[in-house]
Amino acid sequence: MLKRYSIQLILVACGGLLTYVAYEELVSLYLLSVLMFMGVNVILSTSLNLVNGNMGEFSCGHAGFMCVGAYVSSVLGVWLFAKDKVFGPPVLPPELALYAFPLVILAGGVAAALAGLLVAIPSYKTRGDYLAIITIAANYIIISAIENLGVIGGSRGFMGMKSVISSMEDVAYLPWMPIWVFSFTIFCVWLIRRYVSSTFGKGVNAISQDEVAAEIMSVNTNKIKTITFMVSSGLAGIAGGLFAYILGYVNPGSFNILKSTEVLVMVYLGGMASLSGAVLSAIAFTILLELLRPLQIIKWVVIPLLLIIVMQFRPEGIMGSRELSDIFPWLKRFYRFK
Amino acid sequence: MLATIIQNLINALQWGSFYALIALGYTLVYGVLTLINFAHGDIFMVGAYIAFFVATFMLSAAGLPGWAALALTIPLTMILTSMVGVTLERVAYRPLRRKGAHRLYVVITALMCGLILEHANLALLGASRKAFPPMITEHVYNIGGVSFTNLKVAVIVSAILVFILLQWIVTKTKVGMAMRAISYDKFAVPLMGIPMDNIIVATFVLGSGMAGLAGILFAMSYPILEPYMGALIGWKAFIAAVVGGIGDIRGAFLGGFLLGAVEILVVAFFPSTFRDLIAFTVLLVILAFRPTGLFGVAKTTKI
Repeated sequence: MLKRYSIQLILVACGGLLTYVAYEELVSLYLLSVLMFMGVNVILSTSLNLVNGNMGEFSCGHAGFMCVGAYVSSVLGVWLFAKDKVFGPPVLPPELALYAFPLVILAGGVAAALAGLLVAIPSYKTRGDYLAIITIAANYIIISAIENLGVIGGSRGFMGMKSVISSMEDVAYLPWMPIWVFSFTIFCVWLIRRYVSSTFGKGVNAISQDEVAAEIMSVNTNKIKTITFMVSSGLAGIAGGLFAYILGYVNPGSFNILKSTEVLVMVYLGGMASLSGAVLSAIAFTILLELLRPLQIIKWVVIPLLLIIVMQFRPEGIMGSRELSDIFPWLKRFYRFK
Repeated sequence: MLATIIQNLINALQWGSFYALIALGYTLVYGVLTLINFAHGDIFMVGAYIAFFVATFMLSAAGLPGWAALALTIPLTMILTSMVGVTLERVAYRPLRRKGAHRLYVVITALMCGLILEHANLALLGASRKAFPPMITEHVYNIGGVSFTNLKVAVIVSAILVFILLQWIVTKTKVGMAMRAISYDKFAVPLMGIPMDNIIVATFVLGSGMAGLAGILFAMSYPILEPYMGALIGWKAFIAAVVGGIGDIRGAFLGGFLLGAVEILVVAFFPSTFRDLIAFTVLLVILAFRPTGLFGVAKTTKI
């Protein structure tokens, strides 16, 4: 009994501890924000791993979908629940922000999933590096479109999300952002694990191994590609929404190809098609970025150098395509990854 | 009206020449190794900086006249830049290839090499922009309302010359034949006694040398240098190479000129902030209709 629910218990305990720590302000705001960015990075890297690892495509425009999610959820949130000089007084009473916040984030995810169609539909015919270009172009198109939308600030960016959060805190004083980031992170990892290990999701791995053979074995490749791209970009949109609310400010420049590169690094560092690898490498990469912060600009020389060295000694990433439960078999007592 | 069209055409040809010269490096390396060398845009940037240092040295320390400095700067920069490219190949890509790593890990390594080049430059030389010293005086000619400079003509002519040279190397010489053979069948080539590593090094020399040439020409046309100048141009040139059909030299040139033309036309008729949006949308539409690019041949998959 205890064994069966131990993962759930541990997660609830972690969430409770995080909430308590944030509520009592036992850790500095800086550390808290690093923890939150870690959650965002976990979502990003696991969702890109779904496409790049499990499905074997090479998508390098993940930040574009993140951008869509960030803008949709922050504009929606500010329009509904905050007083803004562009949108005027809030449409709904700000007290409702408490209940509607997850819906706002999910709406960003849905919008990003629709943007994912921009990549999913060309992927029926194109594969490999040609698809990689389409994803890069999609990233540029999304950023450039938002830069030209003067209503929501264009390239100057968009802000006002802090007042949504403060109106949530007015209703009930709890550290809402850490709570939501934690729950969305768990939700995303859970969703991807269930998706990949479902009967339908087996087709995703089949496409990566041999698309033609998969099609002959009656796998509906187009349907699987569409759904996988939409799930992946939708989760990136959720990550973008959370990112926007953590910072309280978004501008299109922060979702450029460099951000996509960061996510790619997290995926390939962890190992392709390894969910636990993606989670671990996202955590490790965030910690590394923060530890090397005092180096300032040299940081961006040291980190790529470290990664190149890692690649030379472990060309398949930290975990390869294995899961944590394959390396430590005793973990299988607690959870199954079929 | 006609004058405006010709004026825009010349601008497009000049702007497209840079894309074409850079796209060439991508396409050569991709054709031989099926590796997207994402560091190539930054090799172009390094080329421009090398040109800056060589030219400044020639003009001030050696005190040469402008034309002599230019004549020495071009080959020196091309050699030094190709050495940078070959160093990346030897240090980062070759060991990975030997280990039989997945292709995409090599791509990630290339991305990392690009980041290192960018930020090492930023750390060493600082964020201040460098002004490129003028080596030849620019003359503005005006024929029938169309104005062009001698530099613009030089850029276009050298791009075309490079195209002819490379097309000749790839289709007529033994090295070119070996390159095409490697891209055709990687396993049979060493059996035929072709030194694969030497051919790969030659590919990197050619590609990076042309990036160095593009660096000089770019620095002479737009004499401001900054460490991030290569990133955006590099990505765009890569997209141009793919639209032309990656692995084909004609494709790289056509794609480069096409991208240049689209960008110049967009700037001529729309606000300049729409440049990326419209240019990339056009490219996306082309790829949607011809998924393997203009010159690309669809690979048949054997079952």
